[in-house]
Amino acid sequence: MLSVKGLKKSYGKTIALDGVSFEVRRGEIVGLLGPNGAGKTTTINMILAVLEPDAGTVVINGFDISSRRSQAINNTNFTAVYAPLPGNLTVAQNLLVFGLLYGVEDPYSRIDALIRKFDLQKFRDKKCGVLSSGEQTRVGLAKAMLNNPGLLLLDEPTASLDPATAKEVRDKIREFASKGSGAVLWTSHNMYEVEEVCDRVLFLSHGKILLEGHPKTLPGEHGKKTLEELFIKVAREPLTLGMV
Amino acid sequence: MSPNRIIAIVLRQIYLIRGSFSRVFPTFAWIAVDMVLWGFLTRYLNKATSGGPDFVPILLGAVLLWDFFIRIMQGVTMAFFEDVWSRNFLNVFATPILISEYVGGLILSSIVTSAIGLAVMLCIAAVFFHLSLLVYGIMTIPFLAVLFLFGIALGIFACAVVLRFGPASEWFIWPLPALISPFAGVLYPISTLPEWMRYISVIFPPSYVFEGLRAMVSGSAVQTAALVKGGLLAVAYIVAAYYILNRVYRHALRTGLIARYSAETIS
Repeated sequence: MLSVKGLKKSYGKTIALDGVSFEVRRGEIVGLLGPNGAGKTTTINMILAVLEPDAGTVVINGFDISSRRSQAINNTNFTAVYAPLPGNLTVAQNLLVFGLLYGVEDPYSRIDALIRKFDLQKFRDKKCGVLSSGEQTRVGLAKAMLNNPGLLLLDEPTASLDPATAKEVRDKIREFASKGSGAVLWTSHNMYEVEEVCDRVLFLSHGKILLEGHPKTLPGEHGKKTLEELFIKVAREPLTLGMV
Repeated sequence: MSPNRIIAIVLRQIYLIRGSFSRVFPTFAWIAVDMVLWGFLTRYLNKATSGGPDFVPILLGAVLLWDFFIRIMQGVTMAFFEDVWSRNFLNVFATPILISEYVGGLILSSIVTSAIGLAVMLCIAAVFFHLSLLVYGIMTIPFLAVLFLFGIALGIFACAVVLRFGPASEWFIWPLPALISPFAGVLYPISTLPEWMRYISVIFPPSYVFEGLRAMVSGSAVQTAALVKGGLLAVAYIVAAYYILNRVYRHALRTGLIARYSAETIS
């Protein structure tokens, strides 16, 4: 579903990405992990075609993002904690506007279905700006699933949620991936969550992918008990993991 | 080109205007004040210069057309600013929308809002000051067309400036029409201007409209060739403004500016 090859990006002398390559297959939930400034959001922005790489390619469902942007982006959608939907429109208005932008067929039926799925009936005509963090996250997820995307990008979707709401969100995303037609690329700093949800994790540091594997077995392969311990090692001692 | 994506931008603007008194009010309030103010001034001038020219079609008509031009320009920029103010660039530009469709949506939004403003101005001018655009006959169409095209061009250029230099540069945008107005000869003939200003006025399409308007009201022949020149100039400005916006957009994609417009909210 997603193929990323040799992505590079520099801002002056600062290297943000240094040859990042990976794939995400249908039905798979892949965690993109790394400390702050590792390049996770830069990678996601490139997959969303809002940031141009210096080198490398992004192919979504067979469409190269540089030459067939609209077709590629039609197969994806996203939600991120730093990109809430406009607070001055209601939930239903926002979903309709984005439904049209993503070319959703029969957007009204799709919006009704998503509003039910994410339990947003009582907020339907409320402005997004007055909703709580958890409610806004659910609206963001509803928007992210409007076009039934082949690839769902989630940048810290549970960052501001209480444990109960975060679990609900994880369940919805797992349900989306379990249908087999969609793939998910997920960034999170909550290692417990990553271990519970992801089929595979990629550790990114200093713009490079250092490690890749199953979240439950990867820590043991590197002499650590938990994913959190491994994360701390990646953040503090990337050189010990073979990073140049 | 997807009509649905263009409609999405217009629909968003309609929702915002419909649901907010502070957005509805400016679409007609300030231009209504302008009409009343200039209406009474022209009435006074007509009395003071009894037997002289009729100032209603010359001054009030010119102000009406100038306000129409400003509404068109602001219609484009306001629709764009909604994305700036709500930090919505990442959400919008991460969809399949093309920059041409986005600009198309801004222009259509402007037509909707400006039509409301124009209707209000025409009502006030007709009811209280007996001014009808019919006084300009068929020439009303090219007058409005040239101002419409130039308003669109200036609006697109303004969007490019704000996208390139950030939200604070919005304050460069609001005074743009006021900076152009002395050269456009809205209220006086271009011949009134000193020579160096006359050279500048020829590059602004509205100057051809207001010269034509005065010629028509005074009973002289309207220079059709000059109006055509104004129209072509306005089209050229649209092409140039779109080219600049497209370049700025590509620059924003390279530098990550589009994404940072949103990310700034958490920093």
